[in-house]
Amino acid sequence: MASQQAILNPATMIEEFKKNGVSHVVALPDSETNFLYELMDAESSLDVVPVAREGETMAVAAGLIVGGKRPVCLIQNTGMFESGDSIRGIAVDLGLPIVMIVGYRGWTRHGVTPDSAARFTEPYMDAWGLKYYLVERDEDADRISIAFEEAYENNTPIVVLIGDEYHGFNR
Amino acid sequence: MIEQREMMKVVEKLRGDAIVLPTMTGNGAWLDVTQNQDRDVSIGGAMGKASTFALGLAMAQPDTNIIVFDGDGSLEMNLGTLATIAGKKPKNLYHFVLENGVYGTTGGQPIPSAGELSFAGIAREAGYKAAYEFDDLEEFTLQADSILNEEGPVFVCIKIVPEVQNEPIGRRKRHPKARPTKDALVALRKEIGTS
Ligand SMILES: Cc1ncc(C[n+]2csc(CCOP(=O)(O)OP(=O)(O)O)c2C)c(N)n1
Repeated sequence: MASQQAILNPATMIEEFKKNGVSHVVALPDSETNFLYELMDAESSLDVVPVAREGETMAVAAGLIVGGKRPVCLIQNTGMFESGDSIRGIAVDLGLPIVMIVGYRGWTRHGVTPDSAARFTEPYMDAWGLKYYLVERDEDADRISIAFEEAYENNTPIVVLIGDEYHGFNR
Repeated sequence: MIEQREMMKVVEKLRGDAIVLPTMTGNGAWLDVTQNQDRDVSIGGAMGKASTFALGLAMAQPDTNIIVFDGDGSLEMNLGTLATIAGKKPKNLYHFVLENGVYGTTGGQPIPSAGELSFAGIAREAGYKAAYEFDDLEEFTLQADSILNEEGPVFVCIKIVPEVQNEPIGRRKRHPKARPTKDALVALRKEIGTS
């Protein structure tokens, strides 16, 4: 297969985080976000909070928001499944503006995928009543700002799916 | 074994402006004891996550002590929280687990490995600055002041008498002082100036 240029640059994500005043990135990495993780660690305005399990990310974020900070959660769709009760009982029920950046493992543009993680992602968010946006490439990144605006205006969690079919955040 | 309200009275006297986060059967007990409800929030919406919420709050408000009263079943459901907290080393976090050996809220069924595993041992090995275990109120009363002045994260396991709830959930009486968590968060944010 011919190699392609990375279409979603991790630096773009960092820019979006900075633009939106993000203070903490509460994260459990996946292979797609490896390079982003390194960049975040090097970025002094961002405090990275590594957790042992994704369901913790919403709880940490909730505490940070109540305490006056502006976090973002960074997980994979598999981790979003794992977080069901936290998303329900914390983010949704307490009406907190928790923005979740979710790696869309298995996503393909044509929609045919052998990966059940991808097949269940959108039905899951619909079941939880979560609004979501898809970011595929640099030009889409302002959807993260839109997510922040809406989350804070409506006191509601919002998901931003990262669907980079070919590269994820790899170099 | 310790009556949880007796232990909580000791903490209430020493709390200063600490924010207190109870969960499960600790909720009602703390409501009987607290003198500053605007700085209390019951965190029960997602079982096991009270301590994790406490970590976020502790990081956001580093000059305020955060005290969490966790359940033992709740902690077992989210043991990874010990590593997460130890990893961030919040100096102002005091993580109590009320060890009654059972899921008190759901009728008193034993938690896995009740009485055999050591919560304080796990917390210590996970990397908490200090971890204690008490099953004698006098002993706790003697040490509480110095423990609550230690640099966190500090873990305190209190062996308590279980309060088993067997009434069908719809028939349980609400504590007259109980507030919905959402309202308590509004009051807390006003109190700490983050609304
Ligand atoms: C994810 C999840 N599983 C199960 C329950 C049901 N449940 C509610 S309270 C509770 C027991 C809590 O036990 P513990 O943390 O030991 O506190 P205690 O009730 O003994 O004070 C359980 C199992 C739940 N609320 N959420």
